[in-house]
Amino acid sequence: MTPLLDVSGVTLQYKTPEHLVTATYQVDFQVFPSDRFVVLGPSGCGKSSLLKAVGGFLKPVEGEIRLSGHVVEKPGPDRMMVFQEFDQLPPWKTVKENVMFPLTASGRLRGREAEDRARSYIAKVGLDGFVDAYPHMLSGGMKQRVAIARAMAMEPAILLMDEPFAALDALTRRKMQEELLGLWDEVRFTVLFVTHSIEEAIIVGSRILVLSPHPGRVKAELDADDFDHRAVGGEAFQRLQTRIHDMLFADRVEAHG
Amino acid sequence: MADGLAKPTPPRRPEFERVLPPMAAIGDVARPLSPFEKLINQTSVRRILIVLALAAIWQAYGAWLSNPLIFPSFGAVLDALWESILTRNLLWRAWSSIVVLAKGYVIGVALALAITALAVSTRVGSDLLSTLTAMFNPLPAIALLPIALLWFGLGETSLVFVLVHSVLWPLALNTHAGFTAVSDTLRMAGRNYGLTGLRYVAGVLIPAAFPSILAGLKIAWAFAWRTLIAAELVFGVSSRSGGLGWFIFENRNELNIPEVFAGLVMVILIGLAMEGVVFRAIEARTVRLWGMQR
Repeated sequence: MTPLLDVSGVTLQYKTPEHLVTATYQVDFQVFPSDRFVVLGPSGCGKSSLLKAVGGFLKPVEGEIRLSGHVVEKPGPDRMMVFQEFDQLPPWKTVKENVMFPLTASGRLRGREAEDRARSYIAKVGLDGFVDAYPHMLSGGMKQRVAIARAMAMEPAILLMDEPFAALDALTRRKMQEELLGLWDEVRFTVLFVTHSIEEAIIVGSRILVLSPHPGRVKAELDADDFDHRAVGGEAFQRLQTRIHDMLFADRVEAHG
Repeated sequence: MADGLAKPTPPRRPEFERVLPPMAAIGDVARPLSPFEKLINQTSVRRILIVLALAAIWQAYGAWLSNPLIFPSFGAVLDALWESILTRNLLWRAWSSIVVLAKGYVIGVALALAITALAVSTRVGSDLLSTLTAMFNPLPAIALLPIALLWFGLGETSLVFVLVHSVLWPLALNTHAGFTAVSDTLRMAGRNYGLTGLRYVAGVLIPAAFPSILAGLKIAWAFAWRTLIAAELVFGVSSRSGGLGWFIFENRNELNIPEVFAGLVMVILIGLAMEGVVFRAIEARTVRLWGMQR
């Protein structure tokens, strides 16, 4: 089977006014169709930069990123992003218009067809009653649902999610994780999901890439296909959680111990 | 408790769970507002009350002073205003001022948008805009009038020229500030859709920066209106019939003080109408509807 997304030897750097910061160093990984591929790491491991590079917003200084065989060079609607921030939805568009916006802007669908597609994905995320509401009238969780519907409506090759639930309260976050898994079960999309929560990584992911901090390097790639919310607290779940935890904090123990 | 070292512990209390009755049994959760509350919630009603109060103070002071040559009463000014509308073509003069204003305003707005679009797309453009606004924004438009007269002669073109100057810089400054304040997330979302160039500016930057652009449009309108009246006071007779400024100037020369005030009231009324009707309508349909402004 050929990988959908092939990231090979990618080094990412960005400039601050005083430093040239290396975010990731020679990162390799492959995402296959219908993967729920989670990139996990502490803050500062360059996981968001990695996602932005796949999104085409950041150019690697070394290595290359290929999506379905083509090198990623600029942002495009075949890789739809879901951001952490609630202000990712243009406030001047209603829920329906927001979901239709990328469909029409990219010229994929127009008019009636775009509207039908938007409505069906809005229904999938359970916001049927809010099609004509403006983003400022919605709660944080509802805004994220719109962002997910907007990304899914494009039926992109890969869905890029940058800590989409990090700004939500714990109860809403749990509900959203369940809903995302439900949607995946129905549609079987491919998603690249960035998080700093070990628990979220195990629940949401089918495959977990663990990155080390400063700069991000691949530490491990783990299988997590067997776990969902029902597995939380179970023995195997705890064992995996401890394993990842030790991996992420091993450096610190050595340094101090 | 006496030793003062005992750690406080909360008392243990029994647990309980309740079965909640449906809300319908309790009654309505929301209460409709009384007619008075509804009336006072209308911004226009509150503002009209303020204007009426100011008019009452004016009238009282004018009556107390009783010197119509210095400060005519509100009633006398209203009479003069009515008289001027009927016999001295005041509305027509106001209209001719507005037409000149509209020409300058539209050209100024178009130029401001063009120059800010250049400023967001290139670094040179951004430096150019910053430098030009720093140079020309503080320069009073009316100070350019002598030069405008030299270049374009005694006519409407000179007026339009100074109007464009008074509109362009404050609007460009505000629009550019609005563009730079658009969040990175929204920018990335727009580029994610594959929007670039003018489609990106029109589809993402302009609506996202609309609160600032609207503020700029309001400031520019006020600057333009002031500049126009002042310019007409200086040489208003040139533009065919003469506008509002010239009306005020003429009447001052003839010591028709109530008419001078009537001209000023006309200027104020047009300002109020523009702010209270045109700009409020735009706000209600855009930034308020979108929740970008309260």
